[in-house]
Amino acid sequence: MKPDDPSISWVEPPELGLAGKSYLPLFVQGLTTTVRHLFSPKKTVEYPEQDHEIPDPIIYRGVHRLNRDEQGRVKCVACFLCATACPAHCIDIVAAESPWPDREKYPQTFTIDELRCIFCGMCEEACPVDAIELTSLYNLSGKSREEMIFDKEKLLSIYDQTCQAEPSRTQRSDS
Amino acid sequence: MIALMIETLVKFAVVVGGLMTAAAYLVLLERWIAAWVQDRRGPNRVGVPLTNIKLFGLGQPLADGVKFIFKADVTPRHVDRVLYWLAPAVVMAAALCAFAVIPFGSVLPDFLPADWGVEEPIRLTVVPALDVAVLFVFAVGGAAVFGVLLGGWASNNKYSFLGSLRSSAQLISYELPLGLGILGVAAAAGSLHFNEIIARQADSGWWNIFVQPLGFVVFIVAAFAEASRLPFDLSEAEQELVGGYHTEYSGVKLMMLLVGEYLHMITAAFLIVIFFLGGWHFWGLTDGVDSPGGDVVAWPAALARVAVLMAKVLLVILFFMLTRWSWPRFRYDQLMNLAWKVMLPWGVLNIVVVAAAIEFAGRWAAAWGISPAAATALAGWVALALAVVLTAWADPTTADNRPLRIPPALRGSSDET
Repeated sequence: MKPDDPSISWVEPPELGLAGKSYLPLFVQGLTTTVRHLFSPKKTVEYPEQDHEIPDPIIYRGVHRLNRDEQGRVKCVACFLCATACPAHCIDIVAAESPWPDREKYPQTFTIDELRCIFCGMCEEACPVDAIELTSLYNLSGKSREEMIFDKEKLLSIYDQTCQAEPSRTQRSDS
Repeated sequence: MIALMIETLVKFAVVVGGLMTAAAYLVLLERWIAAWVQDRRGPNRVGVPLTNIKLFGLGQPLADGVKFIFKADVTPRHVDRVLYWLAPAVVMAAALCAFAVIPFGSVLPDFLPADWGVEEPIRLTVVPALDVAVLFVFAVGGAAVFGVLLGGWASNNKYSFLGSLRSSAQLISYELPLGLGILGVAAAAGSLHFNEIIARQADSGWWNIFVQPLGFVVFIVAAFAEASRLPFDLSEAEQELVGGYHTEYSGVKLMMLLVGEYLHMITAAFLIVIFFLGGWHFWGLTDGVDSPGGDVVAWPAALARVAVLMAKVLLVILFFMLTRWSWPRFRYDQLMNLAWKVMLPWGVLNIVVVAAAIEFAGRWAAAWGISPAAATALAGWVALALAVVLTAWADPTTADNRPLRIPPALRGSSDET
């Protein structure tokens, strides 16, 4: 392609003007910006002593929980939609005949491998009965791999722990 | 003789100990400033070792040092071993040598018993008697380039080599404006002795920055380039060259190279303060018994001189560190254009103005009805304004080096798009 090819559009840098070429306004501008930030409030948080402020806990994607219904039973109907939607294959459900008359199946075991989970929230999206939800708990840690595989009791206990601060979706839509 | 040796050794210990501590804590300060400017908090955890006392992170330099010392000191197989080991030593030695003649205060009043044989008053410089101190500092500063050059060459690595090539070309180019900046100061003081240069500024009360603003601008820009600080840190531009000349270094040798760089910055700050910001002088605070810049001082003034000098140096270093986050790095051709097409002519203009002022200031003063110093200052500021406007108008740093030029037929048509 030649320089005088009509398909080339030539763009010149903008004129700086006398002030710009003398570099002085830019000099002052740069220094004032730096000094202003030197004394501005800090954005970072001293984490272990001070917790992060989560702007909206409802949409935050932290540790999972299994919701309970009004009678305290697990809400899950063992439909496997979450396990199917999960891109990391971290949900393992064993379904069994439901002891209750309002549904056919219930999860005999429900385990999530929190180490494989990528916290994408697809399970929450897929669930037809709003049984699985992501909470705003972010400081998830453990001393062994086994400890990080959460079973049904653990997931239900997370619901008990967080249901006051973060009501489940069905409860929210009621209000 | 023995007394002189002991005196020198004591001063030597004070200077080296002080410098190493200062370099360590300046690293912390630099990290703090970097963090604060970016709205972060910076290192604030490490305090007293083995306790929970945090002390705002003041233990960080110790942790940094321990980390560097216990890191694996890798000597890659492809390096030139002798030069590779020599380079950090050269950098460090050159950086420390400069402080042999740089004053860290003025004088102390007589306080030792006369039969000790120490010549009083004691000057707060390791080698106070050297009359060509300014030349010495520049000679040693020039030797520091060797360390950078050796490090880059011996590493046998293209990044290192490019870094050291850039660095040596940059340092050699900026030696000229640096020297021209000093020439005006030396001419005005009539001496190459640091104490004399400060004493002249103290006696008149006119610091050189007020009298020779053009020289100050030239010198401070050149000093930034000599210390390889942003916006002139082309030699270790991380985005392009990994680490520049110290890419292949690790452990203690890397620490020596980095400390050497900090020492350069401290040297540059000292030189800026001594040449242009009046050294240890502050009006009314540091006056000697006979004259403001005299050698006969009482204890309060003697201590005030040390404190004022250190405070000024710290302020200049703070400016160095803020600069790092204020302006982007120059491109290499811009850097060279700035040295040769802007700073060099400015330096020459400064010398002409200073020389004219030395000769004619008395006459100007009589004609305009002001003091000679004020007349010199007026000439200096007019020269600075003239230089800035002329440079902006002539715009010597903009060079269109694109391989393709706009064809004349299409020139100017871009306004429509």
